[in-house]
This record gives sequence, structure tokens and C-alpha cells, in this order.
Amino acid sequence: MPLCPGTPTPAHSTVTETHVITTTDLTKVYRSRGREVTALDGVDLHVREGEVYGVIGQSGAGKSSLIRCVNLLERPTSGTVTVAGQDLTALAGRGPRAGKELRQARSRIGMVFQHFNLLSSRTVQDNVELPLEILGKSGTERSRKALELLDLVGLADKAKAYPAQLSGGQKQRVGIARALAGDPKVLLSDEATSALDPETTRSILALLRDLNRQLGLTVLLITHEMDVVKSVCDSAALMENGRIVEAGTVSELLATPGSELAAALFPLDGEASGEDRTVVDVTFQGESATQPVISQLARTYNIDISILGAAIDTVGGLQVGRMRIELPGRYEDNVVPIGFLREKGLQVDVPGREAVLAKEGAK
Amino acid sequence: MTWSEMQPLLEQACWDTLYMVGWSTLIAVVGGLPLGILLVLTDRGGLLQNLVANKVIGQIVNIARSLPFIILMVALMTFTRWITGTTIGREAAIVPLAIGAIPFFARLVETAVREVDHGLVEAVQAMGGNTWTVVRKVLVPESLPSLISSTTTTIVALIGYSAMAGTVGAGGLGDIAIRYGYQRFETQLMWITVAILAVVISVIQFAGDYAARSLHRRGAHSGPAPKLRLLKAAS
Ligand SMILES: Nc1ncnc2c1ncn2[C@@H]1O[C@H](COP(=O)(O)OP(=O)(O)OP(=O)(O)O)[C@@H](O)[C@H]1O
Ligand SMILES: [Mg+2]
Repeated sequence: MPLCPGTPTPAHSTVTETHVITTTDLTKVYRSRGREVTALDGVDLHVREGEVYGVIGQSGAGKSSLIRCVNLLERPTSGTVTVAGQDLTALAGRGPRAGKELRQARSRIGMVFQHFNLLSSRTVQDNVELPLEILGKSGTERSRKALELLDLVGLADKAKAYPAQLSGGQKQRVGIARALAGDPKVLLSDEATSALDPETTRSILALLRDLNRQLGLTVLLITHEMDVVKSVCDSAALMENGRIVEAGTVSELLATPGSELAAALFPLDGEASGEDRTVVDVTFQGESATQPVISQLARTYNIDISILGAAIDTVGGLQVGRMRIELPGRYEDNVVPIGFLREKGLQVDVPGREAVLAKEGAK
Repeated sequence: MTWSEMQPLLEQACWDTLYMVGWSTLIAVVGGLPLGILLVLTDRGGLLQNLVANKVIGQIVNIARSLPFIILMVALMTFTRWITGTTIGREAAIVPLAIGAIPFFARLVETAVREVDHGLVEAVQAMGGNTWTVVRKVLVPESLPSLISSTTTTIVALIGYSAMAGTVGAGGLGDIAIRYGYQRFETQLMWITVAILAVVISVIQFAGDYAARSLHRRGAHSGPAPKLRLLKAAS
């Protein structure tokens, strides 16, 4: 069945509680000519079966190192990597070369790349057949499977074309078809959309989302774009300097006070209009979104509330509303109304307040 | 010398050249291709990284390449006799020609294979391919246009070297040009030989370039290039 890019799929989730990718205390230190770079510094990652998990971070944070350690393209310096119940670090052996067992395990993990990495000497179909050749499948089986996959990614008519004749988005579709040839449970994607324009990025992300939903494929993707996380991820982790500093499902993150990821996923603008005013960010999820809390607040405490900014959005398939409001008076005067909002089950953040608290704590 | 005298001489010489260059090219490709690939694989960061082996192979290749062909021929006399049972004639000339061409071709192969995008190698590794798969499915097919150009260069160089093979009585076009043209002042025969050599080399170069280009055309580098060229021509 061909998947049409961009058409919304029923938002039924395939996520289970089983962890399909787990890394424990993963470290990676690059040593080259006496210099040492710690790219991964004790990373614990837990990706549940059937979810799309995004790892985001700035350049040099160690994202690529992490994803390359997952299929052991890069040898971790220490720590373990388990994929689908198999401890890959134990399979790897001691030498630098991948033994037979590790290679077999890799053939069950799909990978797509930023620069597609298609062989220019082969047609699109032959590129998709390559993993099947490695698996020793027969010619008829290979071409049947390859054509089926090309159909799945919407490129059935390009089977005989060469990669040079395709657009970037089409190349990445071929890359995805190729990654699926070995019927993987897990798909790794290192900046798969970074070389594409926004429109194409959306269609590739929609394809990944559809594959995730329809095949129950677990996707671990690396990106430096918040929009990618926002549009497809069930869970996300933020990396800084080789460490995961925040991680969780999108709703967990949104419910975490002061979460950098949540703020970036759902940015709100608006400055306080004066010294003696307090700005409060309110996040609604699910049930609480339907209650008329703000008008209740105004009535109960007889205060004027100005709304500085508000947005409703879908993050990882979840309806979320966020609002930045301004209350008269300083923070100290508003402890009671803020308590009221928290009581109503809303998440309340007071921007700038964490910094003040931290300063007071330091004193 | 009349044409009827020259004709059989030239015919024989053409066959001798073809025979020597053909066999030595074949041996050079069979020997130089794996050697060149090994030079890449054993280098730092290569799939079979082994710096000692890399240095050793590299040194042998360098030494063999720096020897003038005539010296190589003399130095290899014993080896040639051991292989072919003689040190004169066409067969005897093939041995030094091939041995001189192996390192020459190996260096060209090394350069061509190094050009292959490392991302492709990683893609195959991520699919579960081993080093041999990488060589067969990526390194060789992806560098094929360059490898064909390298073979053309090697053939042309071998035609040049084969002229000296006359010194061991191997015959060939170069030998005729030297013996008749230079030593016996048969200027006409010499010019004909030179003309034949020029035509042969041009044809080989053309065929090689054509083959390399038609393979390359479908490759990644040629994507938008023709359009750009048209645009430039129009402006
Ligand atoms: N092969 C290598 N040898 C030495 N240092 C490396 C190597 N690969 C990565 N590093 C270093 O490790 C750190 C993390 O790199 P990594 O590629 O994982 O970052 P990243 O988060 O993927 O960045 P980007 O968004 O730019 O791709 C960087 O400081 C980088 O310079
Ligand atoms: Mg990276």
C-alpha cells in the first residue's frame, strides 16, 4: 500500500513500554595524535518500542557520535548498547573489525544519512537491493522486495533511474527504502532532512511518521531543528557537551517546570509591560485545556489579566495550549493566584523566577 | 625500401606490440588493482588499518616506480629466465613490462579509490557488509570511471616502454623505428611507424575516455553539469 506523503494518518500510537534501544553509561573519547575529545560522557538513552525519539542538540554536542555508537559504526569507549534485546557491545569483540554476529545485528537496524549515501553507479532499484544482496537473497526475491519498498515510499516509477537524476527528497526516499530492505525493527536517522528544503523536509518527516505508525517501526532520529522534534517525535532528549540534559516523552517534558526543551518546542513571546507586573506562562494539556480557568482566576481574585501571547499546537500528536499572561503586582503579590492555577492542574512557569531563586539560593 | 618490403615488417611489429602491451596490461591490472586497494585499506583510518604493511607496500611501489625501465629489465633478467625460460623475445619482455606497470597502475588505483565518498562505505557497513563487500560493491564500482582512465594511461605508458623491449629482441613498433629509422636511416619506414604509433595511442586514448565518460555520465558528478554548460554558452 503506497503511503501518500503529507496525508494525516490516524493518530493511534504504536508505542509500548518495552525498551528497544538502551544505552547505559555510554562514553566515547576520540583520541587523535595526543588530543582527546570526549564526545559522549555517560549517556543513558531509553527508546521505547514503536516510538519516534528525537535527539536534539547544538553542533558538536555528540549527537552523531551517539547514533553511530548505536549500531557500533563507532566503538564506544565504555558502556553498553542494547538493541532489540541484544547487547551489541558484547558482540563487537575486541578487534576493530565487525565480526559476523555484529554484522547480522546491523542488517536488522536501518540507517538513513544526511547526504543519502546512494551508490551513483547503481540504479535506484539496485541501490535498494544492495542490503538484500548482502543478506544473500535471490534475484527474484530482491527485485520483488525492492519494487514493493519503492512503491511504499512513492517512487515506483523511478526504479530504473540513477540517483543523479533524482531530487534531494527523492534521494532520501530511496535511502529510506534501502534502510527498510532488511525488515528492521529500528531505524536510525542522522540529520536525514538537514540537506533538504522545508517543504521536502515536511514530506520526508511525514513519511517517517507513517512508517512508524504503519510498520510499528521504532525511529531514533538526530536533528538540530526543533521543528523536526515538534512535528514527529513522541519523545525527545536534549544533548549538551556529550550528555543528555533532558529527556522524556513530549508531554512529560511539557509538564516539567523550566524545561528548556519544552520552552523551545513551544516558544512564547511577550515582555512584562512594567516593573510591578508578573509574567506567568500557563501550559494546558488534555483535560485542563477545556476549563475556563483564566476567567475563573479573574473573577475569584478580581484582578485584570492581560494575555501577552497564546498558542495551541500539536506536539508529538498531543494537543497542547500555552499562554503567557500578565498579572498586576510583583511575584510576591501573586503567590495566591499562581497557587490557584497550579491547583487547577495547570503547569505554571514564571519566566525569570528560576534565576532569581537560584541567586537567592546561592546567598 | 619498397612498400612490399615494409609491409610484413610492420605487420609483425604491430602484432608484437599488441601482444606485449596486451599481456602486460592484463597482468598490471590483475596485480595493481588489489595492491592499490590494499594501499587505501591499510592506511590510517582504513578498514584494514595496518600502518606497517602500508609503509612496506608503499616503499616497494615507490622503489619499483623510480627505476628506469631499462634498468628494471636488466635487473630482472634472472627472474625473467625463471618465469619464461629465456631472456629474449616477446615473452621475456612481458615480464619486466608487467612488473614495471604494476606499481604504476597501483598508485593510480590508490588515487582513484581514495576519491570514493567514505559515506558510501559507512552505508554498506551499516547494512552489515564486510570489508570484501565494501570492496566489491562500493570501492571498485564507484571508482570505475577513474579506474578505466588509469588503465588507458597505463596502456599508453606501456606502449612507450615496449619500444625499449627491442633491446631484448622482442620486436614491436618501437623496435622497428629505432633499428630501421635510427640505425639504418630508413626515414620513410620510421615515419610510418611513428604515424602508426600516434594513431594507435589516439584510438586507445579516445576509446578509454569515451568508456570512462559514458560510465561517469550517470554518476553523481554529472547531474546538473550539462545544463550549466548550456546556460553559460547561451549567456
Ligand atoms: N572521528 C572523530 N575524531 C575526533 N573527534 C571527533 C570525531 N568525530 C567527532 N569528533 C568530535 O566529537 C564531538 C562530537 O561530535 P559529533 O559529530 O558527535 O557532534 P554532533 O552533535 O553530531 O554535531 P553536528 O550537529 O555538527 O553534526 C565534536 O567535538 C567532534 O569534534
Ligand atoms: Mg552530526
